[in-house]
Amino acid sequence: MIKQCFHCGTECDTNSFVFDAKDFCCNGCKTVYQIFSENDLAGYYEMENSPGATPTNNKDKFDFLDNDNIVEKLLEFNDGHTQIVNLYIPHIHCSSCIWVLENLNKLNDNIKSSLVNFPKKTVRITYSSESISLKALVLLISAIGYEPYISLEDYQKNKKGKDRSLIYKLGVAGFAFGNVMLLSFPEYFEVDEFWLNQYKPFFRWIMFVLSLPVVFYAASDYFISAYKGLRSKILNIDIPIALGIAVLFLRSTFEIVTDTGQGFFDSLTGLLFFLLLGKFFQQKTYNFLSFERDYKSYFPIGITKINSNGSEESIQVYDIKQGDKLLIRNEELIPVDAILLKGKGKIDYSFVTGEAEAVRKFSGDKLFAGGKQTGEAIELEALKSVSQSYLTQLWSNDVFAKDKHEGFINVTDSISKYFTIIILIIAFGSAGFWLWFDAPKAMNVFTSILIVACPCALALSAPFTLGNMLRIFGKNKFYLKNAHVLEQLAKINSIIFDKTGTITSNKETKVTYEGDPLDNREQTLLKNTLRNSNHPLSRQLYSILKENQIITLDEFNEYSGKGIEASHNDQTIKLGSAAFLKAPVTQKSLKTAVHVATNDNYKGMYTFYNSYRKGLSKLFNSLKNSYEMTILSGDNESERGNLEKLLPPGTKLFFNQKPDEKLNYIKYHQAEGANIMMVGDGLNDAGALRQSNVGIAIAENVNVFTPASDAILDASKFDLIPRYLWASKKAMKVIIASFILSFLYNTVGLAFAISGNLSPVIAAILMPLSSISIVAFTTIMTNLIGKNLNKRI
Amino acid sequence: MSSNLTGMSVIYILITVSIAVAVVFFIAFVTAVKRGQFDDDYTPSIRMLFEDELVKDKKKTNQQSSNK
Repeated sequence: MIKQCFHCGTECDTNSFVFDAKDFCCNGCKTVYQIFSENDLAGYYEMENSPGATPTNNKDKFDFLDNDNIVEKLLEFNDGHTQIVNLYIPHIHCSSCIWVLENLNKLNDNIKSSLVNFPKKTVRITYSSESISLKALVLLISAIGYEPYISLEDYQKNKKGKDRSLIYKLGVAGFAFGNVMLLSFPEYFEVDEFWLNQYKPFFRWIMFVLSLPVVFYAASDYFISAYKGLRSKILNIDIPIALGIAVLFLRSTFEIVTDTGQGFFDSLTGLLFFLLLGKFFQQKTYNFLSFERDYKSYFPIGITKINSNGSEESIQVYDIKQGDKLLIRNEELIPVDAILLKGKGKIDYSFVTGEAEAVRKFSGDKLFAGGKQTGEAIELEALKSVSQSYLTQLWSNDVFAKDKHEGFINVTDSISKYFTIIILIIAFGSAGFWLWFDAPKAMNVFTSILIVACPCALALSAPFTLGNMLRIFGKNKFYLKNAHVLEQLAKINSIIFDKTGTITSNKETKVTYEGDPLDNREQTLLKNTLRNSNHPLSRQLYSILKENQIITLDEFNEYSGKGIEASHNDQTIKLGSAAFLKAPVTQKSLKTAVHVATNDNYKGMYTFYNSYRKGLSKLFNSLKNSYEMTILSGDNESERGNLEKLLPPGTKLFFNQKPDEKLNYIKYHQAEGANIMMVGDGLNDAGALRQSNVGIAIAENVNVFTPASDAILDASKFDLIPRYLWASKKAMKVIIASFILSFLYNTVGLAFAISGNLSPVIAAILMPLSSISIVAFTTIMTNLIGKNLNKRI
Repeated sequence: MSSNLTGMSVIYILITVSIAVAVVFFIAFVTAVKRGQFDDDYTPSIRMLFEDELVKDKKKTNQQSSNK
């Protein structure tokens, strides 16, 4: 039977750590369990099965929290005794997490309270700063497996509150709508009763007062948008809406002042309520995702600087000056362009260039910002400041300063251009007719037309369709930034993919063996040696090799960054890099490889390949007829042959593309009229994602960080991309169909208005009826699309 | 005539009171939004289920401290 770690759920191999009659995969998990059981927090394991995460053993990582200036910037509140900090913890994923984080005071009395915001994955901790420092606090929660993620972004965060104006407006409109409806109800029946007639003026003036905040506060966005539209000579949908609201209010006021009628206050408030509801519905946000990240989310806040007298000091990365000496430890990011002074660099640039392999650098080599050191600590001399480095300069490109959706005319506005003109023609035409035929009625007809034509149903079609589609996509792990993206998606005619991490999977690797075959004893020794190593490559290789008997090694030595040496009885084995084994020159390759030697005889090597995602060639084949397909890779050409075999002919392949070259490629093709969807994953794609019409970031785990984009797609749904495109096109058809439906309602209403028969009660029935039926229609249709979304072609 | 007058004033009072009550609820809604109660609509639903365990645990710690 396979044993699972009681803490984190990882499958334990045979040498699990047993404590309290429970299995643990590693010492780290066992320690967390011990902490919890000693502090009365064992309830953590009662709510969910194995909810934990293995704590990382990287204590130096938070050394920058010793710097008071950095700490001060991170705190939300500080009065010298009590401090409040809001930390982002990616691991928060279940009710156990909430429970244990809200019971932190059991672990340390100096923590006064902690409050989790689950959708945002943050915890807000109040603690007394006299007895526990922020660093101690962060180390405490890291020790129980909840390591917070603190990046440069937190440092510059402007602590501005959330914009909640839409909820207020919705509240105002809903409040007025309910009350006005009650007050206007008696007059619907037009009873000429003595008792009712006495209160008519009173009721009407209350309705007037209630509608004031609706017109002047709740509707303000529509007036502003209509004004902006007129100024930039775009007839947007808000113009007829604003016109309708204004006419409704003025005519109703006129009627109650002159005591000629009850006015249309009920329709006015109801209209605003439904319109704002539509806006609210469309505003689907994913709190745990961010679509606005730039390099600041990846860069550390603090870095260790080596002073001229040799002492180490934590400084803020913006304080790095040219010529500063910096210390970069294992797994730390290089924040500035620099020259390597001391130590062996093995820099992982995967996030910057898309290049999968770590690059070896030696003393005197130039290092670019954004790389991650793997292996021993190195010393650097800074060449530039953070904002002038090669990678960070990408963000000074104009494309990041522009609002991407500016100038984009959405489907509703493109129709309203004609709609507004037609309505105005009808209104003036009929008014002219009545002036000549029955002059006193002309004003009545003119205003009635503008009231009834107020495109409430039309304005609701797109928000409800798109809002519902956003939710359906979200359930299928395709998270769109907003409704604009969905409309853009339907217009795409060209798709560009990045290679590494996008069409290849970082999780799954293929391993092949080249060289002399290993006999049984050698295989057993190999497998057992790997079992003792924690190196990622060892773990991968271990999981691939066949099961063997377990032997106890006599000797085991791991040399960081080089390899492993082990022995059993008379046999010795050496695993590791080519240099460590002194492999024959012919055996060197550009790929990641683990070389094997037994009894000092070179045997061969295991080569690691990133494998392509499942369904890749099917995906390209199903899209090739309707879209132009391109691959832009930052990687070298080594995979060209494989890709040409895998992908349909006609797919364009480009290699060695720098970040700004990708951006310019897209810019160039957009100028030629292409609507481009870019699918990428790394910081090197950031410019391209921003420039493209729709930039999609692929993420193996949506909780980790993705570059700024319009949409985030979970990697497991990669093969569904054609279906999402299909669904977005269908959604646009639903919008068109509901436009037609709302035109029908408008025609009926116009018939009443032109003939001069529009009474408040008809308006009060027609308006909600049309809105509700549109909402019902779009909801049903989009749900049907959603049901078909998962059907693979 | 006098009965009509009293009837009238009752309606005025009733309407005024009912609107005043509605306004109170409206203000309560606005303050709730302002305090951020609508920002996180998920965690409180889970936190609610912890209450009992917390009380139990507190008692335990009290006992432990009294034993000491």
